[in-house]
Amino acid sequence: MADLTYRQAVGRGIAQEMARDPRVYFIGEDIAAAGGVFKTTEGLHERFGPDRVRDTPISEEAITGAVMGAAMNGLRPIAEIMFSDFFATCWDIVANQIAKARYMTDGQITLPLVIRSANGGGARFGAQHSQAMENWAMAVPGLKVVAPSNPRDVIGLLAASVRADDPVIFLEQKSLYASKQDVPEGEIVDELGKATLAREGSDVTVVALAAMVPRAVEAAEILAGRGVDVEVIDLRSLVPLDMTTVLRSVAKTSRLVTVEENPRLCGWGAEVTSIVTEEAFYDLDAPTLRITTPHIPLPSADTLEDLAMPSSATIVTQIQRVANG
Amino acid sequence: MTSATDSSAIGLPVPTERLLELYRMMLDARLFEEKAHKLFFEGLVKGTSHLALGQEAVAAGFAAAMRPDDLTFCTYRGHTHTLLRGADMAALMAELLGRATGCCGGKGGSMHLTDVAVGAMGSYAIVGAHLPIATGAAWAAQARGSGQVVVVFFGDGATNIGAFHEALNFAAVWKLPVVFVCENNLYMEYTPIGSVTAVPNPAADRAATYGLDGIIIDGNDVEAVYAAAVEALAHARSGDGPLLIEAKTYRHGGHSRADPGTYRPDEEVKAWLDRDPIPAFRSRLEAEGVESATLAEIEAASSAAVDAATEDARNAPFPDPATLETQVWADGGSRWRT
Ligand SMILES: Cc1ncc(C[n+]2csc(CCOP(=O)(O)OP(=O)(O)O)c2C)c(N)n1
Ligand SMILES: [Mg+2]
Repeated sequence: MADLTYRQAVGRGIAQEMARDPRVYFIGEDIAAAGGVFKTTEGLHERFGPDRVRDTPISEEAITGAVMGAAMNGLRPIAEIMFSDFFATCWDIVANQIAKARYMTDGQITLPLVIRSANGGGARFGAQHSQAMENWAMAVPGLKVVAPSNPRDVIGLLAASVRADDPVIFLEQKSLYASKQDVPEGEIVDELGKATLAREGSDVTVVALAAMVPRAVEAAEILAGRGVDVEVIDLRSLVPLDMTTVLRSVAKTSRLVTVEENPRLCGWGAEVTSIVTEEAFYDLDAPTLRITTPHIPLPSADTLEDLAMPSSATIVTQIQRVANG
Repeated sequence: MTSATDSSAIGLPVPTERLLELYRMMLDARLFEEKAHKLFFEGLVKGTSHLALGQEAVAAGFAAAMRPDDLTFCTYRGHTHTLLRGADMAALMAELLGRATGCCGGKGGSMHLTDVAVGAMGSYAIVGAHLPIATGAAWAAQARGSGQVVVVFFGDGATNIGAFHEALNFAAVWKLPVVFVCENNLYMEYTPIGSVTAVPNPAADRAATYGLDGIIIDGNDVEAVYAAAVEALAHARSGDGPLLIEAKTYRHGGHSRADPGTYRPDEEVKAWLDRDPIPAFRSRLEAEGVESATLAEIEAASSAAVDAATEDARNAPFPDPATLETQVWADGGSRWRT
């Protein structure tokens, strides 16, 4: 075991896959010689050479188009989009091209590619560098959407994403980059579409993703002191969506709360909640509850941003409403 | 399909056999699309179709010069480009008719004809989007040392979208084996390209920006296109980086569907119809001593091939409803949850 940051885990995950498979290439802005603007990819350029780890121009359509075309012609490429907000500049390639190529050609085209990006708020960067855009990606048929909450999962889920034969949008929550964990040495590979229990409990099911997972766990620890036993599910991927784990937990707790970082409308929690009400309505003993960022662009000032994003304190208050209901 | 792989062919006279092949290719494309147009009016081709009638020389000249493992990317106006790489004509016709035997099982339609097995890597319906994708395929060719060249066809209108500029710079700075072919047919949908573009030659005049030569060719002269293609492919294959070629051409009909194209001046249409690449090439072949009987044979064969493909497509079954939710993922299905 070694203490590893979420940031270092990204580099270790990419290296693990590049060392294993010569078809894995990695491109993006400032990712090679500079090691990435978040310093997630330091050392890869030196280790794997300038052909396999390559800087690109600031051309998001060219970057995403390049990994698509390369995946059509024998590579298993990884691209970095520096901030997930920038997906808006290449959403045509991602949503119209990458997501649809296989279906439109009835399976002639296979796209084993990963597009990684720094997603979400908490860094005081303002509305154009802080969005949690996982629900944009989730809304497009043909994209897998992965968002790890801890360093170990960064490696395991990145490996699963690189090995998947489908396009994966891999969202790293940028406020987690400095977070640390003891991570075992050696290869780590997970499976996409498997949620984990970040905390076991019996009174309320709380479903969370990425940065909302540690906050939900923190809230659960506080509530434990108040006699409420919260189960926290780390979804880990939105597509595939592990409803088996969610439904099993709700059957036990009879209460559902989702904690989303994305703005309110059409967030993933709405989908999870609607499935639970359709399929497990009679398991529920209280109204379901969604905790989200308000439906606003994210502000920059630290006090305002903290107010906007679900905090462990908000999560505590909200869960208590459901637990007592 | 035949292909020229030998760059030593540059500058040498094109053998008659190859010329006849070019003639056959253009005819196949012409007759296929004329039939598709007819079937559109019969209500058999649903949705839309964008014909390249009059532009056949560009697709034919390049396809004839490409290696079987080279890759083609084209637009929604791509029946011809896909067919001439060697895609099965009946499967293309069936795709236009929304049948199960279509090259994409009916999921693609006219604007998305694809046959990966022959290197026809797709027809793309968002203007300009396929330029970065073709660039990526060329990056993989470079990385794997496969020796493939990628040829990407697009319209004059595509030169004003960002993806064109991103792709050209990217391909140039990485020296990728890709040939960008702009088919300048003077119009976007209904608006002349000249009225919305800062330079007279929308592709060629931008080439210098990316350190490339501005190459203009006569897109209605199939021999000229073929010669340019042989040279361009050799250049790209040798590792010298991308090329940008602007082929001047004209579509005989409207932009799509039933558009009669009446926004175009009569004299302009007439001048270009007089330069129809097919009769012009036929006369040249005759002048070079090809027997009319030989040409008539090719014509009869093309016509019979199109009739057979049409018959096949008309009689093909509609897609099995069970295919509706297949092939979203590589496992063949579309499941998004457990
Ligand atoms: C990004 C985008 N904008 C607009 C359209 C609608 N549209 C389809 S074809 C077309 C004209 C394209 O003209 P050009 O590139 O010259 O190609 P041509 O149709 O002449 O072959 C337009 C505007 C589109 N498909 N994609
Ligand atoms: Mg045009």
